[in-house]
Amino acid sequence: MEFDALLLSRIQFAFVVAFHILFPAFTIGLAAFLAVCEGLWLKTGHDVFKRLYLHWVKIFALAFAMGVVSGVVMSYQFGTNWSVFADKTGSVMGPLLGYEVLTAFFLEATFLGVMLFGWNRVGRTLHFVATCAVAIGTSLSAFWILAANSWMQTPAGFALDPETGTFYATDWIAVIFNPSFPSRYVHMMLAAFITTAAVILAAGAWQMLRGRSSQPTRWQTRMAVGTLAVLMPLQIWAGHWSGDVAHEHQPAKIAVLEGWCESKDIQGTVLLAWPADNECGHDVIEIPNTSPILFANAHGELKGMDAFAEDQRPPFWIVFWSFRFMVGAGLILLGLAFWGVWKWWRGTIDTPGLFHWLAVPSGSLGFIAVLTGWITAEVGRQPWTVYGHLTTAESVAPVSTGQVATSLLVFMVVYAIVFTAGAVYMARIATRGFEDDGAGPPADSRRAPGSPLGSVDEPAQVPGDIVAAE
Amino acid sequence: MDLPLIWAVLIAVAVMMYVVLDGMDLGVGMLSAFAEDDEERNMMSATIEPVWDGNETWLILGGGGLFAAFPLAYAVIMPAVYLPVLVMLAALIFRGVAFEFRHKAVRPPTRRFWNGAFYGGSLVAAFSQGLILGAFITGFETDGRNFAGGAFDWLSPFSLLTGVSVTIGYILLGACWLVLKTEGELQTKAKRFGLMALIAVSICFALVSLATLSIDPRVTERWGLSMTQFDFAKILPLSPVPLAGLVLTFWLARDLLRIGTPESGPEWRPYLLAIGIFLSGYVGLAISLFPWLVPFEFNLWQAAARDNALGLMLVGAAIMLPLILLYTAYVYSLFWGKVKPGDGYHA
Ligand code: HDD
Ligand code: HEM
Ligand code: HEM
Repeated sequence: MEFDALLLSRIQFAFVVAFHILFPAFTIGLAAFLAVCEGLWLKTGHDVFKRLYLHWVKIFALAFAMGVVSGVVMSYQFGTNWSVFADKTGSVMGPLLGYEVLTAFFLEATFLGVMLFGWNRVGRTLHFVATCAVAIGTSLSAFWILAANSWMQTPAGFALDPETGTFYATDWIAVIFNPSFPSRYVHMMLAAFITTAAVILAAGAWQMLRGRSSQPTRWQTRMAVGTLAVLMPLQIWAGHWSGDVAHEHQPAKIAVLEGWCESKDIQGTVLLAWPADNECGHDVIEIPNTSPILFANAHGELKGMDAFAEDQRPPFWIVFWSFRFMVGAGLILLGLAFWGVWKWWRGTIDTPGLFHWLAVPSGSLGFIAVLTGWITAEVGRQPWTVYGHLTTAESVAPVSTGQVATSLLVFMVVYAIVFTAGAVYMARIATRGFEDDGAGPPADSRRAPGSPLGSVDEPAQVPGDIVAAE
Repeated sequence: MDLPLIWAVLIAVAVMMYVVLDGMDLGVGMLSAFAEDDEERNMMSATIEPVWDGNETWLILGGGGLFAAFPLAYAVIMPAVYLPVLVMLAALIFRGVAFEFRHKAVRPPTRRFWNGAFYGGSLVAAFSQGLILGAFITGFETDGRNFAGGAFDWLSPFSLLTGVSVTIGYILLGACWLVLKTEGELQTKAKRFGLMALIAVSICFALVSLATLSIDPRVTERWGLSMTQFDFAKILPLSPVPLAGLVLTFWLARDLLRIGTPESGPEWRPYLLAIGIFLSGYVGLAISLFPWLVPFEFNLWQAAARDNALGLMLVGAAIMLPLILLYTAYVYSLFWGKVKPGDGYHA
């Protein structure tokens, strides 16, 4: 393996996009959660929803800022590092990204200002509208970017210009709703909600362990447990759907991801395997003969890795293991959710115990599943950028190794500083919980009339003390 | 319909929107270096906090739009300006998170760090945007459909000059914005910075204009100029552009001088006039370079995406851009008025 511009560009892309996706995964879910809280507050007038809103919106502001700055980096990567790819696919991918900017980015970025700073300037309904606009913006943004990404995975509705070798669209509906898009969109949106719910649950459990349980804590814990219990089974179904689609369109990915060595009519499910000369696994732990159930829609022989030349299939160990991490994280979250529901039903969910101790570290499981899921999907697509038509090696920009090494180093340093600080600030707010919200403002800062905090610091959490659009 | 031309105009408008809106943000950011204390700095940043994110989105539209409408241009230009783009992105990261982090840092050293990230990030981002502009004007070397030059082709005396010019220009925008959004001592300060920036900007813009004329004979010829003679038939119809810039400069100087005195005009006018000055420079540049999109290798028709892609996006732009402008204006109007001490947002 040579550290040339190609490999470094791949590492850099994987690095910056992996950081980026952590924030969308969280903000998509959190925006929806905030919209629900504010909506419930407007409808029921219960103070607890307002407190939840004003607490989590502070964390949202931080996460959103980091999502935005890491996203801007992404939109320039295509040109700086993958310029051949940009030139070739521009007439197909471009409009999808263009629509993302026009329909989603402006909406979320503009109304974010109202959401964060408009609490005292606009009426309650209008503020709610702004929150919803941000939430809708994030979901729309995911729609377009996933359409673009899915098109790279399962290209459809296009033709190639014989003169320049560029792609162009012949059927836009087929481009957008390409074969892997529906399953990927559902799987990713669920992933975002699950990630957020896991974080909210972890924060609630932490409060309870510290003996600082308050009404909003109890509410957020229940909301998170309920969300997880409903969404996790759906997510497993959606993941299964994604696997089905991938099997139909990218059999090499499935062979690698399942760890199937030989092509057979009936395959098993490999639970674990250890490396052996980078070929198939040894010491395999396997449940035999599961494919008629798991791949019920497949007919005929199920291709194993032996059906593909080594350079025509993705690297085995990365895909194989990242897939297992994702599924493992999902199964743990499922178990936790059901356990939580049971405790809720038994009335013991507010009593700190083992459940709460496990829920705290599980706050990271959503992020882990999102990252490893993307690694499964993207590394599993190799050696292609546009599956079957344009290889990664052909896509790279004519930039020198030195330049890419420099940029990779710069991004690593900058991201390490910025995202560590951001994580610390978010964790500080989340662990501080709701108690401080009622107390006076810290000595070095004054209450801000135009801000959400302004209202949090307002004399009291007296029910009925509400906003105040003058 | 000439779709490539329409898209070239739309992207030019997006970049211009970025320059006047986020340029103003970056200017305010740079000026925050001169704030006396945290309170003053907070007031400065409170003038832009509710709107900066929307403003920065025009940069994404500019970059994303270039990818979508002119993939070839995007594919040549981005690798050519790899390093300045990298620096700009890193600076924008620091500037962007500093809005939030400044208020979250508790210990004085970290607070100082994020204050520094705010003005340092603004400064570096502005300067690298100027470098990119300079590289763009001087043109790119290509081979087939690829950039073929070196890693430092963007670096030249000319691009350093444009770097300085853009930086000072943004400071002017930021100062005029502060004149509009603040009062009292801070406003007086902003007025002083505005006047200094205006003088520097006039010199810089004049130098850049002259230097641009010497970049390529085709540019000189467009303006009807050459070493030996003026071609009045060419230069006369174009002359309103630089003349307008000159008039606006004097008008702005007068307006700024009168701020805070009884003869003061409306306080929104300096910002508008500063935009006008930028606009005249921008239109002048467009006249010089049209129709090159990768100067002087590909024109905008050669670099354009397929018509069906441009058409699809035009439908979206025709519906969405008016809406975007509408709600952006609405949000600006929501936050209209002077910023008071303690406005903004602390945690
Ligand atoms: C599933 C969702 C998803 C995925 C796969 C991506 N993004 Fe993203 N992106 C979002 C979901 C999102 C978001 C939810 O809309 C963000 C995150 C937080 C935020 O502020 O907006 C965002 C922000 C964001 C921004 C800043 C927008 C703004 O100012 O509001 C840009 C330019 C990009 N992204 C570009 C990209 C590119 C080029 C990607 C692919 C390589 C990408 N994103 C992957
Ligand atoms: C946001 C979640 C995403 C993650 C975590 C992710 C992760 C990755 C990883 C790990 C690679 C490296 C594969 C390899 O080289 O072995 C990769 C490649 C790539 N991805 Fe993604 N990806 C994501 C989304 C996207 C999206 C939305 C797009 C396009 C719209 C995209 C475009 C690409 C391209 C062009 C490559 C090729 C370059 C390369 O192979 O490194 N990715 N991605
Ligand atoms: C537990 C059962 C799960 C199964 C069977 C499953 C299955 C899959 C499969 C097969 C893929 C690859 C799709 C492709 O390459 O086209 C995938 C991708 C992905 N998974 Fe999962 N998954 C599961 C759980 C989860 C969980 C719990 C999360 C997050 C909370 C998650 C997040 C993702 C993401 C973000 C991707 C990449 C985007 C995509 O291709 O859809 N998955 N999953």
